[in-house]
Amino acid sequence: MAVDALATQAGENPLVEGLERLPVPPTTLVIFGATGDLAHRKLLPALYNLAHEGALPERFKLVGVARREKGDHDFREEVRASICEHSRRDTDAEVLDGLLDHVQYIPSNFDDPEGYKALAKALDALDEEAGLPLNRDYYLSTAPEFFPIIVEQIKAAGLHRHPKVDVRCIIEKPFGTDLGSARALQAVVADAFRERQVFRIDHYLGKETVQNVMAFRFANMMFEPIWNRNYIDHIQITGAEDLGIGTRAGYYDQTGALRDLVQNHMLQLVALTCMEPPASFEADKVRDEKVKVLTAITPPDPADTVRAQYTGGTSGGEDAVGYLHEEGVPDASHTETYAALKLEVQNWRWAGVPVYLRTGKRLARKVTEIAVQLKPVPHLAFQSQGSVGVQPNQLILTVQPNEGVSLSLGAKIPGSRMRIRPVNMEFLYGSAFMSQSPEAYERLIMDAMRGDATLFTRNDEVDAQWSIIDPVLEAWRGADGDGSLPSYEAGTAGPAEADALIGPEHEWRKL
Amino acid sequence: MSEDVWNARDTTPSAIEAALRGLLAHRYQEDRAFVPARVMNLVVIVDRGFRGEVENRLGRVGRYHPSRLVIAAVDEGRTQLDAWATVAAEDTVHRPGHIAVGRERVEVDIGPKHLESLDTIVDPLLVSDLATMVWAPHGHRAGVDALRRLASIVLIDSLDEPQVGEGLERAEDLTGSAYVVDLAWLRSTPWRERVAATFDPPAMRGALGAIDKVVVRHRPDSTAAGVLFCGWLASRLGWRPAALARRGEQLTGHCRARRGEVALELHPEEMGAPGLGGVTIEMASGEAVSLDRGPGGLRAVRRARDGVQQAWTVLGASRGEAGILGEGVRQALLRDPTYKPALQAARVLVG
Repeated sequence: MAVDALATQAGENPLVEGLERLPVPPTTLVIFGATGDLAHRKLLPALYNLAHEGALPERFKLVGVARREKGDHDFREEVRASICEHSRRDTDAEVLDGLLDHVQYIPSNFDDPEGYKALAKALDALDEEAGLPLNRDYYLSTAPEFFPIIVEQIKAAGLHRHPKVDVRCIIEKPFGTDLGSARALQAVVADAFRERQVFRIDHYLGKETVQNVMAFRFANMMFEPIWNRNYIDHIQITGAEDLGIGTRAGYYDQTGALRDLVQNHMLQLVALTCMEPPASFEADKVRDEKVKVLTAITPPDPADTVRAQYTGGTSGGEDAVGYLHEEGVPDASHTETYAALKLEVQNWRWAGVPVYLRTGKRLARKVTEIAVQLKPVPHLAFQSQGSVGVQPNQLILTVQPNEGVSLSLGAKIPGSRMRIRPVNMEFLYGSAFMSQSPEAYERLIMDAMRGDATLFTRNDEVDAQWSIIDPVLEAWRGADGDGSLPSYEAGTAGPAEADALIGPEHEWRKL
Repeated sequence: MSEDVWNARDTTPSAIEAALRGLLAHRYQEDRAFVPARVMNLVVIVDRGFRGEVENRLGRVGRYHPSRLVIAAVDEGRTQLDAWATVAAEDTVHRPGHIAVGRERVEVDIGPKHLESLDTIVDPLLVSDLATMVWAPHGHRAGVDALRRLASIVLIDSLDEPQVGEGLERAEDLTGSAYVVDLAWLRSTPWRERVAATFDPPAMRGALGAIDKVVVRHRPDSTAAGVLFCGWLASRLGWRPAALARRGEQLTGHCRARRGEVALELHPEEMGAPGLGGVTIEMASGEAVSLDRGPGGLRAVRRARDGVQQAWTVLGASRGEAGILGEGVRQALLRDPTYKPALQAARVLVG
C-alpha cells in the first residue's frame, strides 16, 4: 500500500487520520464484459462485499457493458444471482437491493461507436443525477482481443479524459500474448491514456500473502543481512495445481503454463523476493524496484527451460485423463501444462544465485510458495557424531493454500548424543490473525478507485516480463516440429526433465 | 468442533496451568493438524450469575474470538478457586494444507476477595508474549486495576456507566496504563468514516473550516457515543471545547473554532440499537449535510446554499451489537491515535 501517499492525503483532510477505511472518490465504474465469467464470479461479488462493509464511494454507480441484448432489470437479476452464489459472505437483502439500484446495463458490441455514445450519455446522466461529476473507471474484463478495440473506441468517443474528474482504465490480464503484442497493445493504450490512468491487473498482487512478502522482507531486521548471494544458495518458486484445465481448454490451449502463470504471477513473486527495499511504499517507488530486478534477468537459455504435458494418471485417488484427452483440446496440441525455468538475476545482490520456477496443472498437490534455501554452514561439527539430518536452513513463504511462513532449523534430537534433525518454526496466518483476508479483487478495485497503483503492473514491468519470456516462447515454438514435448503423469510432481534442470546440485522441494 | 476438558474444585493457578499444558500436549498427539491460535489473551471478569450472557455475546463474535479466553467469574462469598479448562479445535476435517485452529478457554470461579490480587491468579494462565486484553462488562474495577500490569489493552463500553462523565473519566484514567478499546467509540466508526468522506473531495475540504453547527442524534443511553463523536470533530478540527449545558433532554453548547463558534446539540431519540442515529453538520454558507440510519446503509441528505436538497443512500450493512464486540476484539491489535484526543475533548464537553 502506498502508505506515504495515504499519509499525505490524511494530512490534507484531518478527519481521515486514524480511520482504517479511507474515503474513495465518487465513482462510476464501467465494466466491459459485465456478463462474462470473471465479472460474475469475482468482480460483482467483490463490489457487493465492498458495499456490505461500507467501503464503496459515497456516490457510486455501476454500468455494465456487454454484447448480449438485455435490459437493466434482467442484468440486475443476473448480478443479484452472481452475488448470492459467489459472495464470500451471506448477503444482506437491503444492501444488495441498494447496490442493484445503482446498476445499469448498456448492450453493445465493443466495436460499435453507437454503444460508446450511449455510454457517454449514461455517464453524463449519472453525473447529473449525483449532482457532481463522478470519476470514471473503465474495467476491461473482456476477452483480450477486445482490449485495443475498447480503448480506441473510448478515445474516439472522447471518454478517455474529463476536465473535472479522474478517468482510469483497469485492464485484466493477459496484457499481450508475447512481447510484440504487448507492445502493440501498449501503443494503443498509451495513445488514449497516460500511464497514471492505467491500472493493469495481476490479481496475485492483491493477495495478502503476496503483499506479505514485502512486509516480511522489509519489516524484519533479521532477514535483510542474509538476503543476498553470500548466504542464499538458491530460490525455488512453485505454483502447482492439482486440478486439470477443467472447461478452460479454449483459453488454456492458446495460452499454456508459461503465459498463464510464469509471465505474470511468478515473475511478480521473483520481483518481490529479489527487489531492493524501496525508499517508500509509493506506487512508483515500489514498481521502480521491481522493474530493476526484472530487467536484471536475462532470458534463460533454452537448455535451462523445461515444458511438458500431463498424461493420464491418478489424481486425488481418481483416474485423471491426459491433457490431450481433455474436452476441447486439439489432438496434436503442443501446449505445455508444465513449465520450469532456471533464471539468474544479474546484479550485485543476486549474481550466481539460481532462481528456479516451476508451475503446472495436475500435479501432486496445490501449493504456491517461495522457498529460499540458505547455504550450508561452513563446518559441520556434528557430522562425525552420526548427525544425518543436518540440512541447510530453508525459509518458505507459502502463498496458498496454507498461508504462512516457516523456517527450517537444525535442532538437537533429545538424547545423550549430539544428533541433529531439521525442525520447523512456523507462522500461520490462520492461527495468528483473526481477520478473514478480503478477496484480492476487493482490494484491487478499491485501490484503483482511489488511484493507488502500487499493486498494479506498470507498462515497463510488463515489457520486462515479456522480454524474459518471449525468447523462451520462440525457442519452444521452434522446437514444436520435432515432436519432443516431454510428459508427466497426472498426480505426480512433474516431468523427469525438470529434475535434470535443477540437479544434480539441487533438488525440487517435495510438493 | 471437538474439545478436551479438564476441571477441578478448590484448585490453584499452577494446577490449572499444568492442566492446560496437558490438554495441549494431548491435542497435539491426537491431531497433527492442530495449531493453537496465537492472537491474544482475553481476560473477562464477570458476575458468575451473568456469565452465560457474556459468553453468548462472545460466542457471536465469530472469527474474532480471542485465542485464549480466561473468564474470572465472581461468585459472592466464594473463598476457593474452582476451574474448568477446555482446548477445542475448530476444524477436524483434514485436507492437505489445512490446519485445525485450536482455542483455549479457562473459567475460574473466584470470590470478591480475589479481585484485588487477580493478577496472581491470571498471570500463569496467560500465553506469554501475546497481547492481553481485559474486559469487565459488570464493573469489577478492582479486578481490572489488579490486572493493569498484565494487560496492554482494556476493552470498555463507555455506555455502560450510568453517568457519562464518570465513564469518560474512567476511560481516560485507563489510557494512562493501557490501550483502551471503547465500544462506544467503535459504534461511531461508520459515522466518522462517512463524515470524513463527505469532506474529502478537495472542493469540500474548505467547508470544514466553515462548520458552524453540529447536531448529533443518539439513543438515550448513548450520550457517551454522541460526545465522543463531537470530541472527535473538535480534536481533529482544532476546536476548543467547552462544557455543554442540559436543556431538557438535550445537551447543547459551543466549541470555539478559528472562525467563530460552532454550536453543538445532542438529541436523544428512541431507536433500536445503541449508538448514534444521525448527524447533521451545517456550514455558515447555509450548506448542510446529514446522515441518518436507514435501510441498507446511511441515508445521506445534502442541502446546497440555495436550499436545494439531494438525498441518497450510503451503502453498508449494520454490524449489530455482536459485530461491535467482534470489532472491539479486532481493534485490540490495532492502534487508533484519534481516540485519546477525542476522549479528552469529550470530557471537557461533559464538564
